[in-house]
Amino acid sequence: MERKLLLRGVLVGALAGLLAFVFARIFAEPQIQTAIDYETGRDAAKAALDKAAGLPAGLAGPDIFSRAIQANLGAGVGMIFFGVAVGALFVVAYAVCLGRVGNLRPRALALLVAAGGFLAVYLVPFVKYPANPPAIGNPDTVKDRGGLYLLMVLCSVVFLVAAVWLGQRLRERFGNWNASVLAGATFVVAIGIVMAILPSLGHLAGNEQQSGNHTTETPLALTNAGGTIVYPGFPADVLFDFRLYSVAAQLILWATIGLVFAPLADRLLKAQSGMVEPERLRC
Amino acid sequence: MTSIPAPTARATPVVLPVSKAVLWLASTVITALALYYFIGVDQGAISVFGNDMHIHEFVHDARHFLGFPCH
Ligand SMILES: [Zn+2]
Repeated sequence: MERKLLLRGVLVGALAGLLAFVFARIFAEPQIQTAIDYETGRDAAKAALDKAAGLPAGLAGPDIFSRAIQANLGAGVGMIFFGVAVGALFVVAYAVCLGRVGNLRPRALALLVAAGGFLAVYLVPFVKYPANPPAIGNPDTVKDRGGLYLLMVLCSVVFLVAAVWLGQRLRERFGNWNASVLAGATFVVAIGIVMAILPSLGHLAGNEQQSGNHTTETPLALTNAGGTIVYPGFPADVLFDFRLYSVAAQLILWATIGLVFAPLADRLLKAQSGMVEPERLRC
Repeated sequence: MTSIPAPTARATPVVLPVSKAVLWLASTVITALALYYFIGVDQGAISVFGNDMHIHEFVHDARHFLGFPCH
């Protein structure tokens, strides 16, 4: 039973990752390429300024794979395996919730768990630390940024699980609607406190000395010693489009998981409950 | 959560016995988290293969696009 659910979840996750990749390949890759071109031009302008000031040249990043491989094969494999990973986690959450969170039908539960995954694993962390294209982000702060992002993901997942549990506890006393609203409000307040406490990326130690009081790592215009702009700041439209497409791709991924898994689980559970006693459902 | 159609009269029939399924749940979660880690985090903030950058560079675009911090 669990194995059948898991197999379906993993396959649906792979499909969802594939669809999200197709979307990303069409809409986001041009933005990523624009960002990389911006970065290349900025690095060249920076190198020229450093050379004029007599500073040593910075190190270039590794070029192990060509851009064509990164944009097609690498991004595809990455997103499909991401779909497999979240598909498997989705099934675990689904199996644990089944029969434990009220009289939800298997299909409705699949949609709710997928919506919860989208919120907790991606959208809530995105509100504090949004997705960034290449060129945005100081390589010196990647340790801090990685840790902070994972902390945001962990907090939002743990808080969402706690909110669902709280909703179940309050249901007897306040009814379904009020209990859900109270649990949702508790989640918002708790995660809001975490967001307020965690630092903005621009305020990380490595950044404040470099670029002053600036809340993000988005590159500002590059100026020479005389204060003249020699290279523009990161294009705002590219940043907006990249983030919008990033949200859209995750929406496609989680919606596919919820919508495709729902009827599969429904059929499987109906078939199982028609044949054997509930306590013998494990196989 | 409450915008979902009214619950059915019959309860959802299946309750996975967590005590019995703990091994299954744990191994799935660990495998999935390892996958999540290698796609999103390894060879960036921390690295299990030292200075090697093959995984990071290969899934690089996916990493940016899925919202993970990168370079
Ligand atoms: Zn990168």
